[in-house]
Amino acid sequence: MSAHTIVNLPDQRTATMPKRNYINNEDGILSWLFTGDHKRIAMLYLVSITFFFFIGGAFAGLIRLELLTPQPDLMASDTYNKFFSMHGIVMIFLFLVPSVPAVLGNFLIPIMLGAKDLAFPKINLLSWYLYWIGGLFTLTALVLGGVDTGWTFTTPLSTHYLNTHVVTAAVGIFIIGFSSIFTGLNFIVTIHRMRAPGMTWFRMPLFIWANYAASILMVLGTPVLAISLVLVALERTIGIGVFDPTKGGDPLLFQHLFWFYSHPAVYIMILPGMGVISEVISTFSRKRVFGYTAVAFSSVAIALFGFFVWEHHMFIMGVSNYSALVFSLLTMLVAVPSAIKIFNWAFTLQKGSITFETPMLYAFGFIGLFTVGGLTGVFLGALGMDIHLTETYFIVAHFHFVMVGGMLMAFLAGIHFWWPKMTGRMYSESISKLAAIVTFIGFNMTFLPQFILGYLGMPRRYHAYPPEFQVLNVLSTAGATILGVGYMLPLLYLGWSLKYGAIAGDNPWQATGLEWQIQSPPLTENFTEIPVVDHDAYDYEWLEHKTAQEVTTVG
Amino acid sequence: MDNVSVATQPHTHEEHHHVSLPQHRHHFETEEQQREAGTFGMWLFLLTEIMFFGGLFFAYLLYRNWYHDAFVAASNQLSIPLGAANTAVLISSGFFMALGVWAAEVRKKGLLVLFLVITTVLGFIFLGVKYVEYHEKWEKHHIPGAHFDISEFVNPQAYGLKEQPLAPDMAAKTQIFFSLYFAMTGMHALHMIIGIGLLVWLTWRSYRGEFSAGYVAPIEYFGLYWHFVDIVWIFLFPLLYLINRHPGQ
Amino acid sequence: MHISPVLWQFLVKWLNSSALFPREASTIAPYADALYFFLLTITVVGLILVAVLVFGFAIRYRKERNPVATQVEGSTLLEATWTIIPLALFMVAWIWGALLYFRIYNPPTNAMNIYVVGKQWMWKAEHPGGQHEINALHVPTGRPVQLTMISQDVFHSFSIPDFRVKREVIPGRYTTVWFEATTPGTYHIFCTQYCGTNHSVMIGDVTVLNPEDYQKWTQGSTSGTSLSQNGERLFASMGCNSCHSGSAAARGPNLAGVYGSKLQLSNGSSVQVNEAYLRDAILNPSQHITAGYAPIMPTYQGQISEDGLIDLVEYIKSLKSNYRVQQTLTTSQSNQAAPTTPGTVNP
Repeated sequence: MSAHTIVNLPDQRTATMPKRNYINNEDGILSWLFTGDHKRIAMLYLVSITFFFFIGGAFAGLIRLELLTPQPDLMASDTYNKFFSMHGIVMIFLFLVPSVPAVLGNFLIPIMLGAKDLAFPKINLLSWYLYWIGGLFTLTALVLGGVDTGWTFTTPLSTHYLNTHVVTAAVGIFIIGFSSIFTGLNFIVTIHRMRAPGMTWFRMPLFIWANYAASILMVLGTPVLAISLVLVALERTIGIGVFDPTKGGDPLLFQHLFWFYSHPAVYIMILPGMGVISEVISTFSRKRVFGYTAVAFSSVAIALFGFFVWEHHMFIMGVSNYSALVFSLLTMLVAVPSAIKIFNWAFTLQKGSITFETPMLYAFGFIGLFTVGGLTGVFLGALGMDIHLTETYFIVAHFHFVMVGGMLMAFLAGIHFWWPKMTGRMYSESISKLAAIVTFIGFNMTFLPQFILGYLGMPRRYHAYPPEFQVLNVLSTAGATILGVGYMLPLLYLGWSLKYGAIAGDNPWQATGLEWQIQSPPLTENFTEIPVVDHDAYDYEWLEHKTAQEVTTVG
Repeated sequence: MDNVSVATQPHTHEEHHHVSLPQHRHHFETEEQQREAGTFGMWLFLLTEIMFFGGLFFAYLLYRNWYHDAFVAASNQLSIPLGAANTAVLISSGFFMALGVWAAEVRKKGLLVLFLVITTVLGFIFLGVKYVEYHEKWEKHHIPGAHFDISEFVNPQAYGLKEQPLAPDMAAKTQIFFSLYFAMTGMHALHMIIGIGLLVWLTWRSYRGEFSAGYVAPIEYFGLYWHFVDIVWIFLFPLLYLINRHPGQ
Repeated sequence: MHISPVLWQFLVKWLNSSALFPREASTIAPYADALYFFLLTITVVGLILVAVLVFGFAIRYRKERNPVATQVEGSTLLEATWTIIPLALFMVAWIWGALLYFRIYNPPTNAMNIYVVGKQWMWKAEHPGGQHEINALHVPTGRPVQLTMISQDVFHSFSIPDFRVKREVIPGRYTTVWFEATTPGTYHIFCTQYCGTNHSVMIGDVTVLNPEDYQKWTQGSTSGTSLSQNGERLFASMGCNSCHSGSAAARGPNLAGVYGSKLQLSNGSSVQVNEAYLRDAILNPSQHITAGYAPIMPTYQGQISEDGLIDLVEYIKSLKSNYRVQQTLTTSQSNQAAPTTPGTVNP
């Protein structure tokens, strides 16, 4: 083992892929489409969300291209509005919400718990089908001419003033919502009921804790979004008046119901990413996560507080001053657990033995970008500052720092970390490190200028803007180009590795999780015998002891 | 692999009178675990349903507070006898559903099928009554939308009603009541329709004897769902029909 | 490397004309910027702290230097530190932000009022003196200005970045925001809430003038009739005066001096009469019955435009006595009565 890496691949001359694994267990496309295996469903999700990610990304590219000049010259305003609406809808509902939970969570939660599958494999498959039915509705809305409500479906604009395919898109999101509810439900039941003997709550990897917290949000938040979209659809089709001010309804009620889901949705997106970061940081510093319980409980605290901050999206909408005061306070409180996590990750590094493989680079990127994203959230939580900053590019930059800089970095960290486990193959280290760095640079170039634009007052969702904002917009578009390259690279080298990558072996990173103690790719039933767990998560001494024993028995 | 996967204990079920059924899914360690997971999952699902209806109840509370008079007047338009009859129908259908679960547990196939059929029929009766009520609203132009008509609330005497007339602006707010009435009872009816679909399927499976040999989980879970739908109605009935009814009025 | 002088000049000009920080053109702006720089400092210091920790540890404890990790469980003291310090900082931000919020959203009592109506896709400003502007707003320096805003259709949001103020403009209810401009000049007005196809065209300019220039502008651009004069005409033509005549036997309450008073309602509550109350009382009278009156007023929902409502509200605000109301009423009644020769006195 060299001094600057922990990667430990088997001897490539003699190594072979395991004869029997979940990928080659059954053949034919139908064996995938009707599978109950959580790992196969995870792979189905991976392909699907990648597809939608690049659709959403294409819209992002076109938006940035239009914003290169102050004049509306590349497309008509209607088209532009449809593009940013589809960008938001696709990225949020079809990529970010399912990304880590549905791909990595699906693949790993049962294995990390020492179970053979999720509690309800058929419902898991159903989730994937619901995801696709919802996705197809969204694509239909797109093909038929798009929808231009923005992803927020603000009433009465969405109910009375647009004649695009709002109902089709709303039905799509409604169905995707059920996919997400069922995924969360499956996770919660699995975590409660399917843990292996000895796997106590406080021996669970932090990835599980994070997904557990996110699942609670999915199960309790998503139905509220569902009902508000139902009411929007009914208002458009048969003309009920719950949100219609001309009939005595209150459009602010829609805002309340919508954000009651959509704020927790932000935590649905970021919490599982935080789980990934805990795993990666621990593995590459060979150290137990600093303050395990604090990190675990901070996930749950974020989930609980996350339900009581939705009104901070409405501070300028004429809510009562005193309710604004309370919600601002709660918003400040929800920032604290995130700060706790950041410092715990930093101190995990202390006294570790750190190496810098690709997943670790992405994790470093996450910490930096999430710190910025989180702290700029405090700007927006502070009432008086929010007045100036809300609905401007500041908010665009803020949530892209959290969602893209945070969640997407975490997702890529996770994909690179577990890729050898999922496929049994290693990708090329050097080019993947390059991709991580390119992504980081491109990201900052794209979104840092937007903070400045936001403080200047450039409103979000503007098709044309005053000429003095152009320089920063050009910078942002240039950054987006680099970012685009950064995202294309993994697609290429990960695809390449499927056939030509080095054989990874069971545990290329010398990690401690249960998933690394089985073959890669795993068997369909994960474990030949259900493990009995007698050590905490991230117990590197246990791992060393175990490896030493194996060597002596073999030798 | 010494510590991780020390051999599992052979699955010796304690005194379960049904041993390893075909319905036992391979990924569960024990049937006990499978049953617990199923029940837990079902309860979680009902929790999401509560949140789903919760949004509507919240809207109802808000507008009832704002437009109390309109809500009272509009509520008086609903037929208490029909609503009460439907409540009775739904409660008895819940009762027969519970009997069905019992019949499955004691493995009486004939009774199980009978009870499920009665539950289904009662479900249809509920929907039938609902249809009658909706139809009446349609004829009176009380369905929100372009054809909504408030004259009955502005001038009740002309319609032979002993109501206090509402000022036109308040009368217009009855549309909000009916919006919520249709949204809430409509969502409830949708749950009933889905439930009846499942009931037909379960009845067929029961008829084939799938649930009379000790495996009763689907019947149990469906029972939970059906009772939940009942309970939603138990809330809807007083909120929508009985706002302003006092004994002796 | 050679760069063409034309291109060079263009680049220099382009960069010079670009903005990096908004102008401070209202009394609020310095307060907002102070908070901004406080938060910015927290962010930068926090980021540097995290960067120092991460990079410091990453370099100090890299595998080459530290081949074997030392396992550490955690530290309650450290956990408490990084819970309490951020919490304290966030609490400061909370209080500071709240103070600023109350400052921006609570207008001083001496503020002059301008109405703003938002519609797809334009801003209409209506000054009490009868000046109407589209996508423009003229205000004087040194005087607090309150905007009372409403939307005719969808949500809009009225934002003047250089003043650091913004407020959602909502259909069906008045929202307000106030500012006091300090520096003459022209500043952007943006609609910041997405409002449909031409969202990005819903922009305008606010022109800040010296008090003298403002005086000149007001005189030069008036439409001839003030809002309350328009309102008076509407009041008569819609027949409001037949009930709100101010006489003791009138079927409707006396409106003279009602603005700003505390009104006892028939449902037992009491309210402070402001613009929003007056507007609601015209549209939804049955929920705003003055104690002692019967709920007989019809609704005017859908019959008066938002502009008309503003005229009426301004008129009622300006109503100090019922003299003119009764005058108009007598004239209209005498017109309906049998033709009388001018000068004769009705018995």
